[in-house]
Amino acid sequence: MSPSALTGTRLRARRLALGLRQGDVAAQAGLSASYLNLIEHNRRRVPDDVLRKLAGVLDQPVAAFAEGPEGAVIDDLRATAIGWPSAEVLRVEEFAGRFPGWAQVVLGMGQRIAALETAVEAVNDRMSHDPHLSANLHEVLSAVASVRSTAAILAGTEDLDAEWQARFLRNLDQDSARLATGADALVKYLDSGGQIEAQGMASPQEEVEAWAEAADWQLADQEIAQSLSRSARHMAQDLKTLVRADLVAIPQAAFEQALAQIGMDALALAARFDASPLAAFRRLAFGAGAGLVTCDASGTLTLRKRISGFSLPRFGAACALWPLFSALAKPMVPIVQLVQTAGPAPQRFLIYAFCQPRYPTGFSGPELREAVMLILPSPQKEAPALEIGSSCRVCPRAECPARREPAILT
Amino acid sequence: MGKQILLIEDEENIAEAIRFILTRDGWAVEVLADGTAVDAALTRLRPDMVILDLMLPGKTGLEILTELRARPEFSNLPVLMLTAKGQGRDREAAERAGVSAFMTKPFDNAEIRAAVRDLIGG
Repeated sequence: MSPSALTGTRLRARRLALGLRQGDVAAQAGLSASYLNLIEHNRRRVPDDVLRKLAGVLDQPVAAFAEGPEGAVIDDLRATAIGWPSAEVLRVEEFAGRFPGWAQVVLGMGQRIAALETAVEAVNDRMSHDPHLSANLHEVLSAVASVRSTAAILAGTEDLDAEWQARFLRNLDQDSARLATGADALVKYLDSGGQIEAQGMASPQEEVEAWAEAADWQLADQEIAQSLSRSARHMAQDLKTLVRADLVAIPQAAFEQALAQIGMDALALAARFDASPLAAFRRLAFGAGAGLVTCDASGTLTLRKRISGFSLPRFGAACALWPLFSALAKPMVPIVQLVQTAGPAPQRFLIYAFCQPRYPTGFSGPELREAVMLILPSPQKEAPALEIGSSCRVCPRAECPARREPAILT
Repeated sequence: MGKQILLIEDEENIAEAIRFILTRDGWAVEVLADGTAVDAALTRLRPDMVILDLMLPGKTGLEILTELRARPEFSNLPVLMLTAKGQGRDREAAERAGVSAFMTKPFDNAEIRAAVRDLIGG
């Protein structure tokens, strides 16, 4: 068995682990201390007979010093380094041998980057080749073309006879209705991300939400699907643990009784069970059919449980007017707000929002915030409601003071 | 009667609007709603120009254009293709197949009138 480039390093590590002095080991092996020093720093190749002597002194089989890191690791590291000319590829074996943990980190990150690139390509491909999206866009653009052309004829043709006028007015009516339907379908499609398929999911969070949705959010005993990515499985396990803890804090039978008495008031529910408000919000969402959105201090949506009629953005930031973000700015202040969604068929929802700060590392650590928003259909048709959207990209409210970017359909 | 234009457009209301506009400018416009009878219409009409929608049922505008250019007598026939935004790749393919000009939906009536004038005079 031939010594590898890192045999000296391993010999040194073993000697130090045994607490032996270099001179003593050298003497026992019949070597000079300076020669062993050169060997330990990989500056001299170790002859087989010398290695056998040193292995005997250090009480280890020769193979423990001679074998390098697994060839697959070396090959994978070399492959990862392609495109990074600054990487010391010739020293890859030394790197993997001296820092096996870091080598695994580099490999893991390389694999993660490759997986993300694949996911991005899948999303791009869908955006440019998705037949549903293409058909929707074509429908909308055709209707727009017809409306524009017909309207121009009606407005600009002074001697248009009555028969043609009637015909073009009828066409205009047909196309405007078609345009409204097509635009609505397009917005819904863009907002939902289309037919969500495993390959097209952009994030582990989406995978977890799809997994939870398939289980109707009854997650306490739900098996975590092996088809989920590693990150998604990890996140799903965290969510499952949380749900189980919520069930312990607010047991099912008592929850049902409380629900009948106090309704969907999460803070009252939390007070009754001396439970965390966030746990009460989750119990109401997962156990009583409400929609739920949570976010962290950056405003990033961390969990989305959909409810019919309330559109949640799949990509990008949500509507800044959501009560979720008002709560985020005012920790521990309960917010209840009637809202009305945008679009051709606006719907009303009653929103309960709350933000709870926490300090996982105590006084000396950072404050973390989690805001939550419970979404309930509201029968109130007349009361003033805050007009909100899903996200600016698909929101038709052109004059919204909170608009960050133009809508793609205006 | 002015020069003959063959308009191949499956959107009935768009076709009606285009025919109205161009007819008032003096062109003779015949409309086909799909690509199934294009060969016969070309032979019968011997049009001076074709206006062709890219997305058609049954046979695409690109296929019609390719077949049309394969006939020597129509190798130089002006073809104005109607496309929608976001069909960049199809446009590239149409350029390779020998399209004369593009019009992107939604278009102004003045644009299509000008495009026809540019391609067949008047």
